Amino acid sequence: MVDLLLESLVHVYREGNVRAVDGVDLIIGAGERVAIIGQNGSGKSTLVRHLNGLLRPTSGRVLHDGVDAAMSTVAQLARSVGLVFQDPDRQIFAGSVRAEVEYGPRNLGIRGEELRSAVDAALEAVGLESEAKTNPYDLGASRRKLLALASVLAMRTPVLILDEPTTGQDERGVQRVRSVIQEAHTQGRTVIVISHDMRFVAEGFERVVVMRSGHIILDGQPEMVFRQDAWDQLASTFLEPPLSAVIGDRLGLGSTPTDGMLIRALVSRG
Amino acid sequence: MLTLDEVSYRYAGATRTSLRGVSLTLRDGEVLGVVGRSEAGKSTLCLVASGLAPRTLGGTLSGRVLIDGADVVARAMHEMASDVAIGFQNPGTQLSGVATTVYEEVAFGPMNLGIARGEVLRRTESSIDALAIRALVDRDPDRLSGGQQQLVAIAGLLALAPRHLILDEPTAQLDPAGTRLVSDAIRRLAARGASILIVEQKVDLLAGVCDRVLALDEGRLTLEGPSETVLADPALHALGVAEPSPVRLRRLASEAGVSARAIELALGRVATEAPGG
Repeated sequence: MVDLLLESLVHVYREGNVRAVDGVDLIIGAGERVAIIGQNGSGKSTLVRHLNGLLRPTSGRVLHDGVDAAMSTVAQLARSVGLVFQDPDRQIFAGSVRAEVEYGPRNLGIRGEELRSAVDAALEAVGLESEAKTNPYDLGASRRKLLALASVLAMRTPVLILDEPTTGQDERGVQRVRSVIQEAHTQGRTVIVISHDMRFVAEGFERVVVMRSGHIILDGQPEMVFRQDAWDQLASTFLEPPLSAVIGDRLGLGSTPTDGMLIRALVSRG
Repeated sequence: MLTLDEVSYRYAGATRTSLRGVSLTLRDGEVLGVVGRSEAGKSTLCLVASGLAPRTLGGTLSGRVLIDGADVVARAMHEMASDVAIGFQNPGTQLSGVATTVYEEVAFGPMNLGIARGEVLRRTESSIDALAIRALVDRDPDRLSGGQQQLVAIAGLLALAPRHLILDEPTAQLDPAGTRLVSDAIRRLAARGASILIVEQKVDLLAGVCDRVLALDEGRLTLEGPSETVLADPALHALGVAEPSPVRLRRLASEAGVSARAIELALGRVATEAPGG
């Protein structure tokens, strides 16, 4: 299991001289479920790409279990951190669904029965087990996105990062993503998600990190981040609390960021 | 006005028919929402209604697609470009790939239509303001975040001032405030007489922006009616479509035996403010 530490992380894109991440300190413990939220362009995707070495800091450090990631190659980091892109078409290239999912674990040296079972389990987790022979581009956009998730799942990395996993998913697709995260959590893996879906975030994560202009402005449980006194800060990074939180506040029920919390509060008030 | 009359469509080389006997009319000034599970035919409907399928994509179409009463098959592609604009799901597909700044990207569409320079600039400016992307105007469109690219792509569509606009999940990558800007822009465009067809998984957005909603399932039109009726229809759940947040909360409250009054009171109070997800 891997603890992640970001220390005074700064990333400046040379094109346009944009400070996408502007001094972030963050510790994520092994097995945590963390959601990163914030307005478009607030630095969320840039931040997580440092965790698997796709981007290297302009200044500051990234530590994996105390070891500076600068000392590791992207291939080495890929053993511990799996990242699923927002756009699956940046990731998919193989001729069949099965070959696509096999590619990652094969590259990690996994073979034979172990490879077969890793691939089977990943396909089943996203509901693509009957599509193993299908060409990925015969799948619709939402199932290609689930395929991209399966190919990273099959690598069984201790850290799983999902960039906007629910976009374009119908209700069942969102449910699949939820159960994949739940299962990874049960196995003790760290799950980091970037999302604009506040209900998904409040329901599935113990910790929510809020970003604005390359900085972290809030970091805590959903009950804290979506509580009424934080709404102005959410608004400053173009976010809004889930409807259940707004209703709970209007009814004087305290912080109810999930449907379940709101309904329970209503029931107990009678 | 855009009309589909008994339209069926099969992609080139496909065995499955993606749309089956779909008839609909999109009136001037109307916003029509389309919901349905993944691969129900929503994106295909966008491609067919915009005239891209079968014209550029091949495949087999039966039935008729009419724009202001004229069959799209009989119209030249450049005529279509000024009649119908389409926003694809993936903004990377949408961007011109030739503009080096966001400003040029937004202006690219109207420039290509041969519109007078002053009018191009006016439209570009107002689209940039409508989507609050002023801070991005000098940036390279290829170097933006996914959500920023989506806003830029939609600004480019607004600058076309299309009479018919077809949007395939226009807010998929947007934060809640960006989503609101897009829905406000859609309402303003419709108020000026444009007809808009919008596919979305975000039913809360559809509830706020659509006059009518229709549901597709396996390529067939299964539900159609006023937005508030269709989005509160229990049949939607069986079609794999999420309920809007107020509908869901009412159902959960009633299942838990909570009096609906408290929820209604609070919903009434928040209705005038920002409804969240």
